[in-house]
Amino acid sequence: MAWILLGLLAAVVAFAPLPALSSPPQARTLRQGSAQAFEIDARQFAYSPSELKVNTGDTVTIQLVSADVVHGLYVDGYDVSVEADPGQSATLTFVADKPGSFRFRCNITCGAMHPFMIGKLTVGSNDWLYRSIGFSILAIIGILLFPRSTPITNYQLPPTDH
Amino acid sequence: MELTRLPLLKSALKSRYPQLAVFIVMLVGYIFAILAGLIGTPVGSHNFSIVFVWIGWWAILILVAVPFFGRGWCAVCPIPLPGEWLQRGAILSPPDKKPKWLNLRVPKMFRNIWLQNISFLLLALFSSVLLTTPNITGIILAAMLFTAIGLSMIFERRAFCRYLCPVGGFIGLYSQTAPIELRINDKQVCAKCEGKPCYNGNEKGYGCPWDVFPGGLTKNTYCGLCMECLRTCPHDNIALNLRPFAADLAKPSARMDEAFKAFIMLGSAMIYAGVLLGPWGALKDAAYNVGSGAWFVYAAAFLAIIFVVLPGTFRLMIFPSPIGRGAALSPSKGAGVRAFAALSNSLIPLGLMFWVAFSLSFVLTNASYIFAALSDPLGLGWNLFGTANIAWQPILTSILAPAQTLSLVGGLAWSARTAQRSAQEAHVSSVPVVVYCFIVTAFMLWLLL
Repeated sequence: MAWILLGLLAAVVAFAPLPALSSPPQARTLRQGSAQAFEIDARQFAYSPSELKVNTGDTVTIQLVSADVVHGLYVDGYDVSVEADPGQSATLTFVADKPGSFRFRCNITCGAMHPFMIGKLTVGSNDWLYRSIGFSILAIIGILLFPRSTPITNYQLPPTDH
Repeated sequence: MELTRLPLLKSALKSRYPQLAVFIVMLVGYIFAILAGLIGTPVGSHNFSIVFVWIGWWAILILVAVPFFGRGWCAVCPIPLPGEWLQRGAILSPPDKKPKWLNLRVPKMFRNIWLQNISFLLLALFSSVLLTTPNITGIILAAMLFTAIGLSMIFERRAFCRYLCPVGGFIGLYSQTAPIELRINDKQVCAKCEGKPCYNGNEKGYGCPWDVFPGGLTKNTYCGLCMECLRTCPHDNIALNLRPFAADLAKPSARMDEAFKAFIMLGSAMIYAGVLLGPWGALKDAAYNVGSGAWFVYAAAFLAIIFVVLPGTFRLMIFPSPIGRGAALSPSKGAGVRAFAALSNSLIPLGLMFWVAFSLSFVLTNASYIFAALSDPLGLGWNLFGTANIAWQPILTSILAPAQTLSLVGGLAWSARTAQRSAQEAHVSSVPVVVYCFIVTAFMLWLLL
């Protein structure tokens, strides 16, 4: 019975709509109705700003400015990208219609740390993070409420000396 | 379930030829990785050494080999081979009992995994350079090969694997969770066995290269699955078994070197997730610019997190009151230390799953480089298999976040269950350990999602 209850709670954590969390647009953002525009400076091996927050359904425009070598910007989950030559800028526009947290990363080999040149785009609230923490809480509640039915007995801790 | 009851598998494991065939392939690949690192393109994402070692090998190791086969990788690892062949003076022929070279026993003070902890940390502190710079990877791979050879000339058996290999330390730790084990069938048979050929060798094979007496094996940590004991046992008393996951953790270790290995691995996974996969450019700069002031701050923070913050918090949570801490330290100081070490075993499943979650992100994002490097391993413009120009493309990113959540929450539940068993034996509450595991899991979720 208790396991069924935990299963139902897990389903609630997985599928229940979460209360809307405010995600104010950050600095260097021009609010244009449902449009969000960002200017991102790219240099080896970081973006600035490296964390973007938009609302679900916003039309996002990113102006990528490369400060040193050729850099790209690829958004995981949206499969859209843009490239900027050194000292030049390039623009990417897409509709942020998938809520969640997405990494954006350089997709043009730009040096040693290229695979780790990464930023983060949050569309709406990062529901999956909160749901995952909810799963974690449910997991430990389940473990603590239902300890092992067959405790180990007659076992002594081994000595530290080996 | 005893796998060695399967005649075909048993004969394949007892024969040296299948293992030798795999060894040779691995050794050729290893030497090629060294050469590629040293003479190939300096662009890491197009160099065989970086792509095949840090993406291909790492993915297989952490996502498949360690969780399911424990020290299975050690059974085919090429690093100790040249040294072992020189030490034995033979590749396949039976031993002649005459010790080659110095054949010294490793001093007792080094017969633990502290050196492995240090060697792992040394690599970890330079990992941003190591993971991305082919010639550094080539130099490190070569250094490991020659160090193993050198130690084989000085010490008996596989001293490098057992006491120094930076990878072997954590493979051993996490091999306790694997559903496979090498054990004996009957203790009485071993007790009465004359000469202990599984440890000392006989005409059928060599004494345990890992300096383990199979008759006393109770956990996987130091058994390299080399199968020598299967070959030498005159009583057919060695078995390779399938078993439940993490069976070894029912018998928690009370060794501080192993306890700190658990913290080192847990902390390293979290730091890597933040530095390599996070959006913070300053952290990446600090980790990459070795020798700069920022790097020293990064290194100090890295070591502080691993040696002070994580174990210190853990200890305070286990023994929250001064009375409790006092009881842990005196008059029964040893009991407190053993309880700390035993409870640290609870972190082993969580640490493994942290590495799985971290590696999933890293590997799925960069796996497409493998196809290009396969056709052009040195970055010289070759196109051996027609895949050299395949564009970079992340794969399976839609399942990444659920898979990471599954790994981390599963690891949390697994560790919590392990903590209940360990705490029962240590006569303390498991709740603080479970809460500790929850806090670090929530932090890791925040870093990755």
